[in-house]
Amino acid sequence: MLINEFLLLGAVLFCIGVYGVIARKNAVLVLMSIELILNSVNINLLAFDRLHAVDTAGGNDGSVFALYIIAVAAAEVGVGLAMVLLIFRNRKTISLDDLSEMKG
Amino acid sequence: MFAFSSPVIDYHALAPELVLAGGICVVLLVDLFLPDHRRWITGTLSGLFLLGALLPVVTLAVLGDDVRSSLSGDGVTGRYVVDNFALVLKALFLLAGYVVVLLSAHEIEEGGYYQGEYYVLLLSSVLGMVMMASSRDLVSMFVALEFLSIPAYMMAAWKKRDRKSNEAGVKYYLLGVFASAVMLYGMSLLYGVAGSTLLTDVGKAVTLEGDRAGVQVLGVVFVIIGFAFKVSAVPFHTWAPDTYEGAPTPVTAFLSVASKAAGFVGLVLLVFLAFPQARDVYRPFLWVMAALTMTIGNLVALKQKNIVRMLAYSSVSQGGFILMPLAMAFTGDAQEASLRAVVVYLIIYAATNLGAFAVIIAVSRKTRSGEISSFGGLFQYAPGLTVLMTIFLASLAGIPPLGGWYAKFGAFKAVLDAAGGWGYSIAIVGAVNAVIATAYYITVMREMWMKPVPDGDVSPIKVHGSIQAALVICGVSTLVLGVLPGLIAKVGAITDLAGSLP
Repeated sequence: MLINEFLLLGAVLFCIGVYGVIARKNAVLVLMSIELILNSVNINLLAFDRLHAVDTAGGNDGSVFALYIIAVAAAEVGVGLAMVLLIFRNRKTISLDDLSEMKG
Repeated sequence: MFAFSSPVIDYHALAPELVLAGGICVVLLVDLFLPDHRRWITGTLSGLFLLGALLPVVTLAVLGDDVRSSLSGDGVTGRYVVDNFALVLKALFLLAGYVVVLLSAHEIEEGGYYQGEYYVLLLSSVLGMVMMASSRDLVSMFVALEFLSIPAYMMAAWKKRDRKSNEAGVKYYLLGVFASAVMLYGMSLLYGVAGSTLLTDVGKAVTLEGDRAGVQVLGVVFVIIGFAFKVSAVPFHTWAPDTYEGAPTPVTAFLSVASKAAGFVGLVLLVFLAFPQARDVYRPFLWVMAALTMTIGNLVALKQKNIVRMLAYSSVSQGGFILMPLAMAFTGDAQEASLRAVVVYLIIYAATNLGAFAVIIAVSRKTRSGEISSFGGLFQYAPGLTVLMTIFLASLAGIPPLGGWYAKFGAFKAVLDAAGGWGYSIAIVGAVNAVIATAYYITVMREMWMKPVPDGDVSPIKVHGSIQAALVICGVSTLVLGVLPGLIAKVGAITDLAGSLP
């Protein structure tokens, strides 16, 4: 099976996501980067799930895990967007650099 | 094709979770039909449900002496279990949740915030923690972690119009979600190595040998980083002080005690069940993190002027003392001692820290200030609160005969049992830090006992009934656990952790 190609795709998506979280200053773009990481995880899990379906006696932990991640990610983004809306209402900006009232 | 066979559900073992889940629905529904001036009923109800969930925990502890799998059947046995380790921590989470309800009662009602929703989120978060204590599988661990975190993000941003509270929520959310994403990537690699998400199966597969060793190392490191964010270990602590300062004070108490304890429960399960053969990876990693967490948390706490921010950094450094025995989990013959040290530390730290926050909430209702200087001359007009605060701070500093002393004693005993260079060196770092920590706790004590009242206003503080109850619970447990540590010294025996012995 072409496991390496899937894992490589997952790793590349993961790296892009981490770069996005660290480099982007726009809250919505950071949320999108986090989604990218979660999707790289799903690709990994499904690739491994197929791999193990061949060499072990059944068990679909990987695909079950991926389903849970999809559901939980939706809940997370729901809360995240609500919070972005909240700071936009109070500050008229969603730049993360402006979130610096507390320091030290 | 697949033939679906329904798992057998042990309802007694699942009862605490079921009571809480029912409680969430009831509080949400009751809130709909209450007039505004009766909204406090939701708080009382939540408290009752938390105590109600404690009942099955007690009956399980008395009746069942063996490990019970809450679900059993094809492919689900052993993924969600009730053992003594789980029961002790469930009791801790439920009681901590109850104390937070007591602390919130007045604060949330007065602020005119959404009371019903607040308590629903609090109950959900506690339910996630209770689930974390039973999880023995990567999937259930992940679900429990998100279940306890997502409501906590919203609670941190609860003061909608307050810019600081917004900032606290967003910072907590972004770093928390990023951490769980990184942790998930690690979990996917661990699953790839083991072919199963059961923690004990992962433990058998992660040997750091063979051609998949590199993937295993990455998996272990990423998963630990994810949990390090949750327990605010340096260098992953940057969200903690800001979130603690900006969030409503009862929420801060909840985050710094219960949420942190849940993170440590996850770390304990991983280290003991999933990484027993990966010592060469997690030991140096946790060692460095423990040393940094203690030292940096303490040094920054020394120069804080705001009491909540000081306690935030103090709670970061206390986390270092809990990481210390965990790093030595499989070094020398420290297994038994280190598991016990972590559990005992979590219990005593919860009682003490919640007590300190209860005093802060009571005092700040009068002074309307979070500065340490606002505690000046507290003894002249609130002697009871002063004595209690002194007890809590002394316990955090680890002065005998208070609870905190016994907790620190256990942690040091575990690392000394581990012996060798790793154990002795971290013990020295810990000892130096225990001394530094005493300095900033004493600053607050001196302020309360010696200094004059800043604005000369010596009218007594009216302490609300529910906060009095919280103070009594925390004060009594801090004192009693220090004098009679035998009460909890038995818990956390290694045999209590299902599946930890090969």
